[in-house]
Amino acid sequence: MNLWEYVEDRWDLILFETVQHASMVAQCVLVAAVLGVLVGVATYRRPRPAAVATSIAGVLFTIPSLAMLGLLIPPLGLGVAPSVTAIVLYALLPIIRNTVVGLRGVDATLVDAARGIGMSRRGSLARVELPLAWPVILTGIRVATQLAMGIGAVAAYVSGPGLGEQIFSGLARLGGANAVNSALTGTIGVAILALLFDGCFVLLGRLTTPGLRHG
Amino acid sequence: MADGATVGVPIELRKVTKAFPGGGEPAVRELDLHIPAGEIVVLLGPSGCGKTTTMRMINRLIEPTSGDILIGGRSSRDIDPDRLRRHIGYVIQQAGLFPHMTVAANIAQVPRMLGWPRKRIAERVDELLTLVGLEPETYRSSYPRRLSGGQQQRVGVARALAADPPVLLMDEPFGALDPISRERIQDELLRLQEELAKTIVFVTHDVDEALKIGDHIAIMQRPGHVVQYARPAEILTNPAGDYVEQFLGGGSSMRLLRLTQVGDIELDRIPYASEDMDARDLLREVELDGRGHALILDGMRRPLRWIAQAELEGVHGPVGDAGEPVTVSIGHRMTLQDALETLLNADTDVLPVLGRRRAYAGALSLGTVQNAIQSIKARERERRLRRGEAP
Repeated sequence: MNLWEYVEDRWDLILFETVQHASMVAQCVLVAAVLGVLVGVATYRRPRPAAVATSIAGVLFTIPSLAMLGLLIPPLGLGVAPSVTAIVLYALLPIIRNTVVGLRGVDATLVDAARGIGMSRRGSLARVELPLAWPVILTGIRVATQLAMGIGAVAAYVSGPGLGEQIFSGLARLGGANAVNSALTGTIGVAILALLFDGCFVLLGRLTTPGLRHG
Repeated sequence: MADGATVGVPIELRKVTKAFPGGGEPAVRELDLHIPAGEIVVLLGPSGCGKTTTMRMINRLIEPTSGDILIGGRSSRDIDPDRLRRHIGYVIQQAGLFPHMTVAANIAQVPRMLGWPRKRIAERVDELLTLVGLEPETYRSSYPRRLSGGQQQRVGVARALAADPPVLLMDEPFGALDPISRERIQDELLRLQEELAKTIVFVTHDVDEALKIGDHIAIMQRPGHVVQYARPAEILTNPAGDYVEQFLGGGSSMRLLRLTQVGDIELDRIPYASEDMDARDLLREVELDGRGHALILDGMRRPLRWIAQAELEGVHGPVGDAGEPVTVSIGHRMTLQDALETLLNADTDVLPVLGRRRAYAGALSLGTVQNAIQSIKARERERRLRRGEAP
């Protein structure tokens, strides 16, 4: 059975796993984005808390994903819970860091103008600073999404949902029937999903940054 | 301007001091300043003299350490800073427009915060764009990046005027513009101010800008105090001490030329006549005058032709249409500098000055200008002496 026949044969299952994978990644990134931007907004004005937040996220980032998932089994068991937790934790770092960098990079004279015409701190943040930092934050979210794609595949190790199942079962049966096909299907599926998501981000960037691009 | 437009209110700084934490000597020290309603007051001085700090204390972007600031009689301390700032226009260098918003959205920010209805905001945006000389159709929905520096600053001014505030703060607003755009936008600010009569506090380190724009100029010196607060002409003719003189630099007579309008000085008289005047009478006048020329005016007293003494000699009856047409003249609103430029480029030594409705108002020659400068200086010297004698 070649790869194409394999995919045709199990189309329903693969489609289901792909949708699961995409949905898991999307939800995890959404949670990480909300948390990360909140942490970034809360800390960017003060150097020390910002440094603490970034380095905690950085330390989490250095833990290998398999080890992290393994560590999460005792408290959270198997399945969705440890997978989602791990993906969110990994996705936080690029988002927090880019939020802090993006907000700090906003031209100080624009913040002065915003305050000077009577915007409150919150108003200036919502109407001026966040929109101007948005391209940088969005890049952070985009990187986080790519990360989440990969970690999501590894999450099958703790019986997480998604295309990782294809890869792991294939690798476990290496030499057996359809083992390579299964691993390839999982890998290619994740890659295609990653490209699709990236395309969405490019589109989202275009749609949400009026007036900021040249030309 | 819309009816019910808000005109300026006075601003009063009372013993205002600002000391920044760990900053050593205060940035502004016990500053007293009365800013009259409807005037442009320029805070002028080198960098670090406290002029920007002073201005930013008025809208509480910087909180004074001590002292009080009254805006239209109300202490600024009693008003919530965000609300206070919504009623004080604020213009900064390079405009500070929000690049992610259209021109219209930029201008609409303050009215939106004040909760104006959408329709009123849209009307106000168009009105303001027209006021600052930008075609609403063209510029309303473009982004700031597409505009030139001068256009951006026009939008900056429009944004500051959006909610029709009585007070405008301008922090080196035209500093980043090229000289030509700067001149033009300064002229426009003055034109606007004639209509609006806002109280404007204008910070700059450019002496010429200050002299051109200011009704009053406060020259500031480090650390944070005012060394002279006076009208531009007074500052030029009677600088308070070496510091001011040094800061103004040379060329105060040249600057006086730029500051004085032709209509403000005593003009020369030359013989003139209407076309139906008897040539012999005119000849007598020309001979008496001794300069050998006379002007022929039309029925509305507008200069038509120069006529030379030789052309009048031996003519009987009305003057008629003899003589050379008047090609160059000087308007009474021209500055003395522009008038001098015109004089130097003209073929004749004397030029007619046109008053309202282009009617003959007098004549100008190099000598007239010189006399005028001398008399201005003499007047100021006299005033200084008189003040010196007074207790």
